[in-house]
Amino acid sequence: MAALEDEFTLSALALGTGPDGLLGVEPSDKTDHFLVTDRSRTVVLYKVSDQKPLGSWSVKQGQIITCPAVCNFQTGEHIVVHDNKVLRIWNNEDVNLDKVFKATLSAEVHKIHSIQGTEPLVLFRGGAVRGLEALLAEPQQKIETVISDGEVIKWTKFFMVFRHPALVFITEKDGNHFAYVQMFNSQNLSKYSLFLGQEEKSVTLNFTAYVDRKFISLMSLSSDGCVYETLIPIYPSDTEKNQRLVRSLLLKAAVSGITRNSVTLTALDQDHIAVLGPPLSSAKECLSIWNIKFQTLQTSKELPQGTSGQLWFYGENLFMLHGKCLTVVPYKCGVSSLAGALGKLKHTQDPGTQKPHFVNWEMSQGCGLGSPNSEQSRILRRKKTEASLQPEVPASEQLLSTVKNGSEKYIEVELRKFLAKWTPDFHTIGDIITGLLGRCKAEPSFYPRNCLMQLIQTHVLSYSLCPGLMDTALERKDVQMLQLCLQQFPDIPETVTCACLKMFLSIGDDSLQGMSINVESVFYYSNTEQDEKMKEQPEILQNGFNPEENNCSNCKQDLNEKPQDSTEETALCPVIPKRAALLNGILHSAYSETFLLPHLKDIPAQDITLFLQYLYFLYLKCSENAAMTLPGIRPPTLSQIMDWICLILDANFTVVLMIPEAKRLLINLYKFVKSQISVYSELNKIEVSFRELQKLNQEKNNRGLYSIEVLELF
Amino acid sequence: MGEFKVHRVRFFNYVPPGIRCVAYNNQSNRLAVSRTDGTVEIYNLSANYFQEKFFPGHESRSTEALCWAEGQRLFSAGLNGEILEYDLQALDIKYSMDAFGGPIWSMIASPSGSHLLVGCEDGSVKLFQITPDKIQFERNFDRQKSSAIQKMIVDRQYMGVSKRKCIVWGVAFLSDGTVISVDSAGKVQFWDSASGTLVKSHLIANADVQSIAVADQEDSFVVGTAEGTVFHFQLVSVTSNSTEKQWVRTKPFQHHTHDVRTVAHSPTALISGGTDTHLVIRPLMEKVEVKNYDAALRKITFPHRRLVSCSKKRQLLLFQFAHHLELWRLGSTVATGKNGDILPLSKNADHLLHLKTKGPENIICSSISPCGSWLAYSTASRVFLYRLNYEHDNISLQRISKMPAFLRSALQILFSEDSTKLFVASNQGSLHIIRLLEGSFKHLHTFQPQSGTVEAMCLLAVSPDGNWLAASGNSAGVHVYNVKHLKLHCTVPAYNFPVTALAIAPNTNNLVIAHSDQQVFEYSIPEKQYTEWSRNVQKQGFHHLWLQRDTPITHISFHPKRPTHILLHDAYMFCIIDKSLPLPNDKTVLYNPLPPTNESDVFRRRTAHAFKISKIYKPLLFMDLLDERTLVAVERPLDDIIAQLPPPIKKKKFGT
Repeated sequence: MAALEDEFTLSALALGTGPDGLLGVEPSDKTDHFLVTDRSRTVVLYKVSDQKPLGSWSVKQGQIITCPAVCNFQTGEHIVVHDNKVLRIWNNEDVNLDKVFKATLSAEVHKIHSIQGTEPLVLFRGGAVRGLEALLAEPQQKIETVISDGEVIKWTKFFMVFRHPALVFITEKDGNHFAYVQMFNSQNLSKYSLFLGQEEKSVTLNFTAYVDRKFISLMSLSSDGCVYETLIPIYPSDTEKNQRLVRSLLLKAAVSGITRNSVTLTALDQDHIAVLGPPLSSAKECLSIWNIKFQTLQTSKELPQGTSGQLWFYGENLFMLHGKCLTVVPYKCGVSSLAGALGKLKHTQDPGTQKPHFVNWEMSQGCGLGSPNSEQSRILRRKKTEASLQPEVPASEQLLSTVKNGSEKYIEVELRKFLAKWTPDFHTIGDIITGLLGRCKAEPSFYPRNCLMQLIQTHVLSYSLCPGLMDTALERKDVQMLQLCLQQFPDIPETVTCACLKMFLSIGDDSLQGMSINVESVFYYSNTEQDEKMKEQPEILQNGFNPEENNCSNCKQDLNEKPQDSTEETALCPVIPKRAALLNGILHSAYSETFLLPHLKDIPAQDITLFLQYLYFLYLKCSENAAMTLPGIRPPTLSQIMDWICLILDANFTVVLMIPEAKRLLINLYKFVKSQISVYSELNKIEVSFRELQKLNQEKNNRGLYSIEVLELF
Repeated sequence: MGEFKVHRVRFFNYVPPGIRCVAYNNQSNRLAVSRTDGTVEIYNLSANYFQEKFFPGHESRSTEALCWAEGQRLFSAGLNGEILEYDLQALDIKYSMDAFGGPIWSMIASPSGSHLLVGCEDGSVKLFQITPDKIQFERNFDRQKSSAIQKMIVDRQYMGVSKRKCIVWGVAFLSDGTVISVDSAGKVQFWDSASGTLVKSHLIANADVQSIAVADQEDSFVVGTAEGTVFHFQLVSVTSNSTEKQWVRTKPFQHHTHDVRTVAHSPTALISGGTDTHLVIRPLMEKVEVKNYDAALRKITFPHRRLVSCSKKRQLLLFQFAHHLELWRLGSTVATGKNGDILPLSKNADHLLHLKTKGPENIICSSISPCGSWLAYSTASRVFLYRLNYEHDNISLQRISKMPAFLRSALQILFSEDSTKLFVASNQGSLHIIRLLEGSFKHLHTFQPQSGTVEAMCLLAVSPDGNWLAASGNSAGVHVYNVKHLKLHCTVPAYNFPVTALAIAPNTNNLVIAHSDQQVFEYSIPEKQYTEWSRNVQKQGFHHLWLQRDTPITHISFHPKRPTHILLHDAYMFCIIDKSLPLPNDKTVLYNPLPPTNESDVFRRRTAHAFKISKIYKPLLFMDLLDERTLVAVERPLDDIIAQLPPPIKKKKFGT
């Protein structure tokens, strides 16, 4: 559940706030430190948890700050623009802004964006974007104009999308809005016009955005009080320049129909947005947290002294001007669920230890872009050429593009390199494998078997992460791959398990011979090596009356006969070791009976018999030793074997009854089970005797009604 | 410290009777408990839950209802159709009065305490006025068609809330007009008495809900079920700051294995009792202000008085049951062994005698003389004295008839060490001394109670030299009489907590007194003052673990050869206090069951303290020294008691 905690004031504001509020609040390089820029001349660095300013810098009288100060996370320096064109870069230790590094640019800056993991970007009024390093290398370089005349940038946001920086900015011209998405890995600028839909009268007031996996979800607050969502694709599918995007209603009447300026919204995470503005019922301003998934109001807080209509959200804190004070409202959010949204979820967590439950997967984790340290950067700053300024294409991205069009061999080599270099996280592996499988589908000749095997062996994959993989392997009868998948994936659906079983049973011995299959779970390899070539014997059918068939009463006799009998019949494994290894994989797999049973019915009768024979064989082998285990590495356990015998019999009861091949097998199985039962009943009797003995032992300790004992007191 | 041969006796086949009723008195913080054999016990909840008084049972008197009225007067009613009032001073039955309505199933006092109301078998409800020294029939309420009336909490209104074929086992009438009923269908139901409508119903058990008790504030009540579960219901606000309140089932407790026949609600605790014979006092943690020992769960199973006496000379044990006595001779062994060894018996214990009482009354007290040739016991109306003759293995019993008329009933009987005198504490507060002669007796003297007091003496102790007799009642101090000069010698200053055990040490004639708050005092009779050791103990204080024990010391004895040793025991431990050793402080380990093997002598000497405790024998009903190297311990394992109870309601458990 999302919750707002008690607010606190950062400063009773010596900041020169105009009626328009602050210029901006931006995070600094240390957690909990924030740069606050006011509308006139001052930048203040606050430590939020201590509620105190750590430093304050002002530009000279007559100069005016035009864009909020940001922190260059790579160097730890602060950057600010005053008088539209003058860039200042300074350190915490610097006192006078007049004496710090200065660069005068050739065009007016709209805003500088800086986020963790990448260099700051400078967005010019004309829509052009430059990396800071490139700009500083040649401050007077010519800045082109991207947007048309009369178009004004209204809102901007800088993201990391799969470790690639992406800048989104919204412009307005004659009441129409346009979205520009600048991807820096591809230097690709896409323009979209935002289509309002039916509600033509309403005016879009404010925007916020959140990056989903494939889309940038742009949320806009409209003057009719509703929140709309527009999805902007991250990777534009076609290169057509001006695409139209239609917005959809996300949240109705989040704030009252307003024309005033003091409404805004901010995306908190994929499910929650914060809306600042008067709610429908009252005229007082309110900070409300909405769950957009369930469209419920999670919490709200009245702000009676009014706000400037600005809201910033970083980490766990919401910043706003409340009255004249810069106010921080800590925001915590649990995993949102229906139960939580309906208030049915128990609030078990200690509020003190609660952490936000979303993780910024897009956040760089020290690899990928790789941030050069500040010293280097500073030296490099002026030397770098424009060519090298483009963010490096990360290895995974490179690999992905290789996957798209490289040859099988080349991909394999690249993949090996990549895996050797990076510890794989499941996003990248997932992307790579999806790419590979996609290509497999598209090009029937393309089947990068080794790559897939390598990827599976990274242990990060699961069935749900690459649903196509096992299907592809099934299509191509790649039993080796299937064996590996069965071993590695924890979440294989029963359909697929059953399909695998079907294939393992039906695939010809000849085709198995050629494959390299891990047979470590098959212990009797050497015993049966010589039999490998032996063809599966056709079942010997006994004609007519079988005296053993219904001699239920002669169990004792059976018991005596059985050992020789069974060894004779089943010393030979009914399947070749490779097949046995595959089947063992099936026996080990997790399943739920209800889901498995219907699929087992589809297996042909011949295969069922074979499988039963194999299970019977394993069962006999198991019973050979007292511990009821099979030798070998990861052999099937007795209970697995028993469960599968039951499953197979349950699913195909009539079939096995009908087919003559199974008859003898069933009789043998029955006899064996029967003899086992009689053994166990004998064991039962012994157990009772032992229990009595144990009881007697205990009674001895219980001492009876009277005894004389020795006691020594210490 | 010493090595002993311990006769570990488990053949005392004592089963406490089940609990039928409990009644809590808020004024005196006392709890009256009636058992299925008609015994009524009074527990002083302020005095560490000590069972300070008891009224012996009677075969024909099955107590079905128990209540306090008019302050601290205790009444009971039962299936013999009589209402009884108990004399809490003289520990006697004041009077009994027939209600003339057949067996009485329920009784309740009016809230003011001025009237008693009984529900009779014939369906009538009878109102009695409580006069200062009796009760007086006032009126009879109309006979109802259904004959079973269970309980009425407030007079003049009868709520017919029976449903289907189920039995309403109890009702409670709250001052806001809510009636709460508990019934055999396992339901607790709330009714509106004005409209007669069901307001709410809680199904809490698969078996009968048999009892209900409401707190005085009417903000909480407790019910007990036949499954042994006790449920606590509380009136709580619907939301945190609304005035609207509702009854909510808050806590279930499972401290019983059998039917919870009765419950009571003290301001700070839920009290329950039933067929499994345990009296359970479960403190409500939210009501307990200080986290002291009162905040602990209490389970009282055994009486806080001795049921066993012992003849040291002949190694006999006399066991007291409700209606008979058993005399056993201990076995013997010639073997020796080391700590923990069980020695082979050369002779097993013998059951010598099974003496049944005549009449329906329960035995109050019993005693066997140290020499083993005299045996005495008392019921509520008679004292019996027997002479035992031993001829080889045969034993013959001779009843001494013609006991003097004043020996009507004894609360405590004690033989002198040389078995020549018999001391009898009668329930009128007087102490009789009787000289025993071969086959006859002679009344020597009677110490009359202090003028004006009628408090019964329940504990007696005589000095081994026979010169001193100490007697203690419930509240006043311990009186010490000079037996030679037949006069009161001194009175030990009264202490806040009742005495649980008394004994006079040989030679020194120091009187050792144990109180229910676990304090132990030593008082020198000749010097008429507390001994130096006792003063030291009081100065330093007992170890906190000693004070936290929850059963009283029921017996004190002395080592014949080691004058510094005091032996005492409660139900869960037995202790030898060596007065020559330093007292333990709160930092030392009070109970160390392991022999100090590895430590040096220095260390051992440094850590050794006066309290040598053994917890091997439990529950311990009796322990005494037979001679300087032999102890006898009478245990009564709970499992053996449970085995003799009726089977509990079988609950379906998964997998069974």
